Order: sequence, then C-alpha cells, then structure tokens
Amino acid sequence: MRVHLRASVRAPGARVLGRKHPMNQNPGTLGKKLGMTQIYAADGNVVRCTVIDANVTIIGKRTMEKDGYSALVLGAGERKEKHTNKAQLATYKKAEITPKKIVRELRLAAEVVAKAEIGKKLDLTEVFAEGQFVDVQGVTRGRGYTGVMRRWNFSGFPGTHGTHEYRRHGGSIGTNMTPGRTLPGLRMPGHYGDETVSVLNVKIAKIMSDEGLLLIEGGVPGARNSYVTVRGAVKKKNGGKKA
Amino acid sequence: MLNAAILAIETAQLRTDLPAFRVGDTVKVHYKIVEGEKERVQVFQGVVTKRHRGGAGASFTVRKVSFGVGVERIFLQHSPRIERIELVSRGVVRRARLYYLRELSGKAARLRDEKDRLQAAPRAVTQGSLSLRGRPLRCSIAAP
Repeated sequence: MRVHLRASVRAPGARVLGRKHPMNQNPGTLGKKLGMTQIYAADGNVVRCTVIDANVTIIGKRTMEKDGYSALVLGAGERKEKHTNKAQLATYKKAEITPKKIVRELRLAAEVVAKAEIGKKLDLTEVFAEGQFVDVQGVTRGRGYTGVMRRWNFSGFPGTHGTHEYRRHGGSIGTNMTPGRTLPGLRMPGHYGDETVSVLNVKIAKIMSDEGLLLIEGGVPGARNSYVTVRGAVKKKNGGKKA
Repeated sequence: MLNAAILAIETAQLRTDLPAFRVGDTVKVHYKIVEGEKERVQVFQGVVTKRHRGGAGASFTVRKVSFGVGVERIFLQHSPRIERIELVSRGVVRRARLYYLRELSGKAARLRDEKDRLQAAPRAVTQGSLSLRGRPLRCSIAAP
C-alpha cells in the first residue's frame, strides 16, 4: 500500500515513497575544480586525478523543526561585502564569517546537521576517507549550437564519390507514410554541453585537509574553476565508505 | 597555466636525488620490480634517447641492444620505483631525440664520448679561428 507522508513527518534520510532512486543524502562538500595532475601511489603506480579546492565554510543549517527538511548550507570562495545584499550580509555577520561567492545547500541526515558548527570550516577528513567512493556533480563545458557529428558522434558522409554539400549532415530523420512523422527524441543538432552531469562511483585518491584539497581519481565534469558537488556514493553501501 | 595548488602537489613529488643526465648519456637504471610477493632490483643499461619534460609526469627513454634486438624502455623520471640512476658515460650528440639510432647497428650505433672530445688535442687558437654554431666568433686575443 502506498502511503503519502507529509515532508514534516517523514523520517530523515528515509527513502521517499514513489521515488525510484533515493536522494543522495550522504555527507559531502562543495568545491572548485582546479585541474588535473598525477600522483604516485604507494606501490609506485601513477594515479591521474582531478584536484578540487574544497575550502568550504558552514554558513547555516536547515532543520526539520524550522524548515521541514535537514540540510547544511555551505559556502565557497570569497565575495565582496559591497556585492552582498543586506539580508545575506546579516547571516554572515551572525556567523562571524566573510561573505561567500557560491552558496549551496546539501540535504543531509539530521544527526550530521546537528553535529556541524556554524561558522567553522568543513573538515574534509571528517566527511571523507581516502579510497572512498564518491559521486561528483558538475556543469559541463558549454559547446553552443553543435552539429550531429560532434554532439552525437554521427559518421557524416563520404568526402568524395559525389557527396554534394552534405558531408556533415545526419541523413534521414524518418519515413514517409508510416509513421509519417519524426519520432520524438531523435538525435539532431542543437545546444550541447552546459548541462548538469554526475559521475558516479569515483574514488578519492587523497585528502589534503590542511590545504583543503581533494584529489579524485579520474576526470570530473566541468571546466577549470567551475564549482562541483562531491558526495558519498549513492549507489554504494555505507555511502561509499569502507565499513 | 598551471594552478599554484597543482604546482605544489607536483613539485612535492619531484625527485632531487637523481643525477643530472642528458640525451646521449649512457645510464644504468636500477628499477624495483615486484615479482609475486618479492621485490627485486633490475638494472637496465643503455643510451638515453629521449627526455620528456613535464613536471611530475616527466619521462625518459633508454635504448639498449639485447641479444641483437633493440629494446627501448620508457621510465617515469620521478617514479618511486626507480631506486637510483647511475651515470656510466656522457655522450656527444647534436639532437634532442636520437631516433636515428634505431636505423643503425653495431659500430655505427656508437656515440662519441664526452671524455674523448675533451682529450682531443687542442687546436691552436688564432684570430678568426674560433666559431660558434658555424659563425665566426668575434673576439680579440691578447698577446702573452
């Protein structure tokens, strides 16, 4: 039997009924993608990894009682005071921190939110462990209006043998009478990139908590200096941490 | 342009304990190899034919002829698996990539040693006899 619960009475972190995939409520952080490099693992193997600057401050909390959901408000980067509006400035003043450039909320279990201290820097070693599986979400580089060869890896047409002004085209987009229309979802030219993309189950290669850096194995969506969200893996047990 | 934080990560990994060597030098690379559970050191001796710079990802290629077959091996310069590098001799070469050695064999594939060049009899220096990269070097020579 399906029971619809109001958000306020739903157990924190519980799987939302009617939802196929649970929301990721694993601890995580916000961060700036700095670029890629490589490090040597203990056995001498090279690990290529993305460096993420996760110097993040806890700006505020959202609690079940007050807001109907539990979350942490995290801020990264610096914003000038004159560019911050008064209402926001008041929250920063109250927490005794400087205004932040990027502010993002992370839905978390109530216990995790209760432990966090407003105004403090997020300690990466508390949130993550080396070797842990995480999900990274970012906004991919925008490529503008793109043809089918680049956007969908179509092969195009032969360069010779009489091809006339048709080399990078996609070809036919449907049949004549049956069904007599172009099917929905057909791959065509259009805007490519600048979309939110997550990579799942990537490993944390190294945590440099003094510098506030996270090294993640492999690539991460987004351009350099773009902001990404890193959270414990949603499709692994225990949020990707080793038990 | 490399980010300062990434640069710091890379410089921390660079090895400073290895001797300076150049393309054309003959080196012995003592390389740690894990066989099953045991670890042992293997020595690979040959001529450095290529150096690829690039921070922590720098590498170099060593070429040797083993049982009549040319073998080239690429080592990561800053890899912790390199135990040490021994400089056997310095060679005189005029290019940065010694791909031409692949076409040569036997005596033709030898390189002139730096020592032999230094020991060659010095030529008498007179006005106009010196040259730098093919161009005459303009300098005056003071009488003794």
